[in-house]
Amino acid sequence: MTFGKTAPAPGRIPWGPMARMTGRRALFAVPVLLVVTFGAFAIAAASPFDPVKAYAGTAGLTASQENLDQLRANLGVDQPLVSRWWQWLTHALSGDLGDSSVMRQPVTQVIGERLGWSVLLAAVAFVVAVLLGTALGVLAGRRTGGWCDRAISSLAYTLQAAPPFWLGLLAVWLFALKLGVLPAGGLTDTGSTEVTAGQVLSHLALPAAVLAASQLPWFVLYVRQGVADALDEDPVRGARARGLAPRTVLLGHALRSGMLPVLTLIGSRVPELITGALLVETVFSWPGIAAATVEAATAVDFPLLAALTALATVAVLLGNLIADLLYGLADPRVGFDG
Amino acid sequence: MADLWRRGGAGAVRRSTRAWRVRTSAVIMAAVVLAVLLVPPLAQLDEQAVDLSAKLLPPSLAHPFGTDDVGRDLLLRCVYGLRVSLLVGLVAALVATVIGTAVGACAAASGGWVDRVVMRLVDIFASVPHLLLGIFIVAMFQPGVWPVVISVALTHWLSTARIVRAEVLSLRSRPYVDAAVSGGASRWRVTVRHLVPGVLPQAGLAAVLMVPHAIWHESALSFLGLGLPTHQASLGTLVQSARGSLLAGDWWPTLFPGLFIIVPTLAIAGLAGAWRERLNPRRRSELTL
Repeated sequence: MTFGKTAPAPGRIPWGPMARMTGRRALFAVPVLLVVTFGAFAIAAASPFDPVKAYAGTAGLTASQENLDQLRANLGVDQPLVSRWWQWLTHALSGDLGDSSVMRQPVTQVIGERLGWSVLLAAVAFVVAVLLGTALGVLAGRRTGGWCDRAISSLAYTLQAAPPFWLGLLAVWLFALKLGVLPAGGLTDTGSTEVTAGQVLSHLALPAAVLAASQLPWFVLYVRQGVADALDEDPVRGARARGLAPRTVLLGHALRSGMLPVLTLIGSRVPELITGALLVETVFSWPGIAAATVEAATAVDFPLLAALTALATVAVLLGNLIADLLYGLADPRVGFDG
Repeated sequence: MADLWRRGGAGAVRRSTRAWRVRTSAVIMAAVVLAVLLVPPLAQLDEQAVDLSAKLLPPSLAHPFGTDDVGRDLLLRCVYGLRVSLLVGLVAALVATVIGTAVGACAAASGGWVDRVVMRLVDIFASVPHLLLGIFIVAMFQPGVWPVVISVALTHWLSTARIVRAEVLSLRSRPYVDAAVSGGASRWRVTVRHLVPGVLPQAGLAAVLMVPHAIWHESALSFLGLGLPTHQASLGTLVQSARGSLLAGDWWPTLFPGLFIIVPTLAIAGLAGAWRERLNPRRRSELTL
């Protein structure tokens, strides 16, 4: 309801309310992270997982009981759950997230080295998905029920049902093995010691395309629905009645209000983006943080897994914040009260 | 561009395509259910039977889906895999629906601070990506059938809890509930006897829609090596164990298990879409996955 609220002057960005919303969300993030990290420790405590064995790895099989007990004391395994969690938390705040047993380096270093590659992959895939999804969605929403709509919607539903790892494997088969045009995985060619932009670009193409394909359906279907609904709304009918060209009505009026739901999607798709990245990075051996998560899980590397879970939660909260800020900017009726 | 204005006949076209979609979905699901129920007991074939003289045969009349790298018939493996994946998906969806319904109904029926705390916890739970939480749980509890079922169930009850809570809140203002309350029924009795039965259709719809999700998650976990053991044919382990053959250039051991994920998913979505339209006639076509 817009009554009783003064709409901001058009063209001016309401920095104040946006900053207040960001502050509120940052405050809300604190309990969320506390609960999530505590939950991670609680799950680990309830499971048969033994940090000493995990930390010692194969060396643990031959180590003497004395050494194992020493390690047990060093790791603080016998302390109660809450104190272990609190210790981890205070160390984390001073920038020490522990050591990863599978990577044999500090967790912060693993994250620092890999985060950039994941962000690059996810960003490229996301931009492709938004642009292509909007174009296809407009084509489909222009006339729902038409052959164009039916073809695009069927494609979107099929892509939505297809597991990204399966798409990735088929893409490797087609483009790397049969056509031989793109590399099958990794960041650089085997044997190459330098990371050059050209090599990264060619290695990025397939994983980014598959990740984009896995994100595409939501954008297509939401834009389609938004445009189809907008075409039935009064302002668009008015524009039509004034005799504006169909193209102007579709792109200037219907698309603008049809794009609104997409803005919220842009931020709220972060969980699905992470899910897709977990699978796509593994298929293509992309040296990102999602592939590291899977490796950490396979090797039961708790310090790395806990840190990455917390990091993913931060990313999701950040995505929600961006979505709500964008939505408030695009539609002043929504405001920044959330 | 001119056809932008010709929207008159679209309704009839949409209705007929929809009826066609529902019929096709029903036929596919009937075939799937019959196959997974009847093929294993009737075929008397060993899906684990290794035949090294027939390894990696391309699709043919004798082996419609071809054979895998140790000569097992892929059609048979896919049917067995679908059976396992469907079972895991059904059990996980059922557990998740029970948890979600219980949490949602309790939150809405108690109201006040219990409701606020529980729904906040649901929000917090929802800010961890599903697959990541699933991976975490399975990693800690060792891969296997039950950890997979539990991890899928524990990550999927959130939306059901939200749906059930909203539904209970709207039911609570109905006259028959007022009548029960003024008749002296306790809060617990009103919830169990009058509110929960009212939300069962919505919860059931959510459960059906969850099955493809659960299958998807099981196959993703299995593919990552964090799900079912590799000798247990599920759709995910089939794709996982086909990786070597794929990199050698043989596409069929990868292609067919994936199609066995996609086709039932679309069929379930088609049926559930029709059900949803019947339940919520005013809400127009929405995304069904």
